[in-house]
Amino acid sequence: MALERLFRRNKPTRKEDDTSPAGLWLKCDNCHAQIYRKDLVANLHVCPECGFHHRMPVGARIELLADEGTFERWSGGIKPLDPLEFEDTQAYTERIEKAQKKSDNPDAIVTGAALLAGQPIGLVLMDFSFMAGSMGSVVGEEIARAAERAAAENRSLVVVTASGGARMQEGALSLMQMAKTTVALSALAEKRLPYVAVLTDPTTGGVTASFATLGDVIFAEPGALISFAGPRVIQQTIRQDLPEGFQRSEFLLQKGMVDDVVVRRELKARVAAVLRLLTAGLPEKGVEALHAATV
Amino acid sequence: MPLPFEQPIEDLAAKIRDMRAYATEQDIDLEHEIDALQGRLDRLMRDTYDNLTRWQRVQVARAPGRPTGLDYLQKAFDDFTELHGDRTLGDDPAIVAGLATLGGTSVVVIVQQKGRDTKENIYRNFGMSHPSGYRKAMRMFDMADRFRLPVVTLIDTPGAYPGLAAEEQGQAWVIAESIRRMSELQVPALSVVIGEGGSGGALAIGVANRVLILENAIYSVISPESCAAILWRDAGEAERAAEALKLTSRDLIALGVVDRVIDEPLGGAHNSPDAAIDLVKQALVEELAQLTHLSGPQLRQSRYDRFRALGRFEAVA
Repeated sequence: MALERLFRRNKPTRKEDDTSPAGLWLKCDNCHAQIYRKDLVANLHVCPECGFHHRMPVGARIELLADEGTFERWSGGIKPLDPLEFEDTQAYTERIEKAQKKSDNPDAIVTGAALLAGQPIGLVLMDFSFMAGSMGSVVGEEIARAAERAAAENRSLVVVTASGGARMQEGALSLMQMAKTTVALSALAEKRLPYVAVLTDPTTGGVTASFATLGDVIFAEPGALISFAGPRVIQQTIRQDLPEGFQRSEFLLQKGMVDDVVVRRELKARVAAVLRLLTAGLPEKGVEALHAATV
Repeated sequence: MPLPFEQPIEDLAAKIRDMRAYATEQDIDLEHEIDALQGRLDRLMRDTYDNLTRWQRVQVARAPGRPTGLDYLQKAFDDFTELHGDRTLGDDPAIVAGLATLGGTSVVVIVQQKGRDTKENIYRNFGMSHPSGYRKAMRMFDMADRFRLPVVTLIDTPGAYPGLAAEEQGQAWVIAESIRRMSELQVPALSVVIGEGGSGGALAIGVANRVLILENAIYSVISPESCAAILWRDAGEAERAAEALKLTSRDLIALGVVDRVIDEPLGGAHNSPDAAIDLVKQALVEELAQLTHLSGPQLRQSRYDRFRALGRFEAVA
């Protein structure tokens, strides 16, 4: 997949579906330590040696965030078309078919209902292993539907992003998904339902420049690349080296762009706390009474 | 300077000019010959412009001499008062904003401005905004809502600027926020893509009730050059990328991304800027008249519905 080349430096060395004996041991991308695969998985895909957060498959992410047995899938009812009849070195239809075979999902997104520490949520998970998590019509539509359905069912929304941005193969229609997902979020705002965005490695381009950064609260996983323009594009533009840690979570925390950098083993508890606090505002009547008393 | 594919047109036009000059100089009547050549020129222009490839339209959309945002502000609008600054970081010259009247109606107007020469291009950062520009746009959205002024935006940017400071100041964050704020406006909003609609940097001020595009303008998720660099690993394949991306006005109306194409004078807006500006003005006045009777919530809802419906997919069997 072409877009993945842009993120090669971050590409995990393990393979999700690798069950061969050679797949038993992996090398950490960061400290290069040999890790027993089971240990890495048991440690939430975080290197037990150095704490480096490797990319996490969607299934594991559901286990991490949803209370056991509570996840009920919403997505999967729609699949992509090829409205532009797009062909580069490979036809878009072929790329889609390959990705679908690998993932069992029609596109780079899984959504559903769940309980998170007992609280009802709509859960949206982007799948970077599917065409770099790129957002075309299906990804945009599933996110919009999830936001609207969560609002209709009085659920908070939790979105875990991982995406190279808008999908080039659907052209301007992909661009329009930025607006579509954004307008759909207003359904939550109108009902005062929280939206927590969890930005993971990598989150770039049109996804960062739309729903990903519109969370009422934005958490980022350690070391995640989070950007509008990718590091290479910027390097080509300014023709100088980028500062160490540029566009990584910790850098963005320092710049005031995210609420906190949260390690994976604490993620569920931190999201739960925020949801609890944000859904415990004064009742409407109480607010009115308060106003009446002070006027 | 003619565009490469315009050279035969330019050659023929030069021939007519020469013949005219010769006729005047020698005081002879060459009207018949000149008329014949003029007829050939018209046919050649029509042939050329009716059959431009997508890549050629990209060149027209970017052509020097094509009217820029400021040209429209001066000629399509009246009483323009520029309002500077985002009240936080500074004033971004790549986005010009202010108050004006359009056909007698007071409006807030926001335009993306490329330079008309090298010096201005550098000053305007080639029409590529920093976060400050989008913050200024958002300030204008607020003002529009407060005073119930319709919003008109003119889109012409290669994209939001991909630089160090822009990233540090949250380029993605302000684009997302600008999309949201514009979508929530309780007043009519109109956008016209007048040249280059470059990705999120264009969409940030393009969430309008009606999105118009000039015939030879383009609107794309990524520039053909960048797309080629990623998918073909060769920016030189931009021509193929432009074809694949379906980024012309005709493509976009078929996809539902834009609502109306404004025809350009024969030979493109860069060859007849004033006529093009007039056509845009007429279209804007017409479109605005269609929206002014709607309530704030209706306008917001129609914007929601418009963008919510975009995309193509099918049910899983």
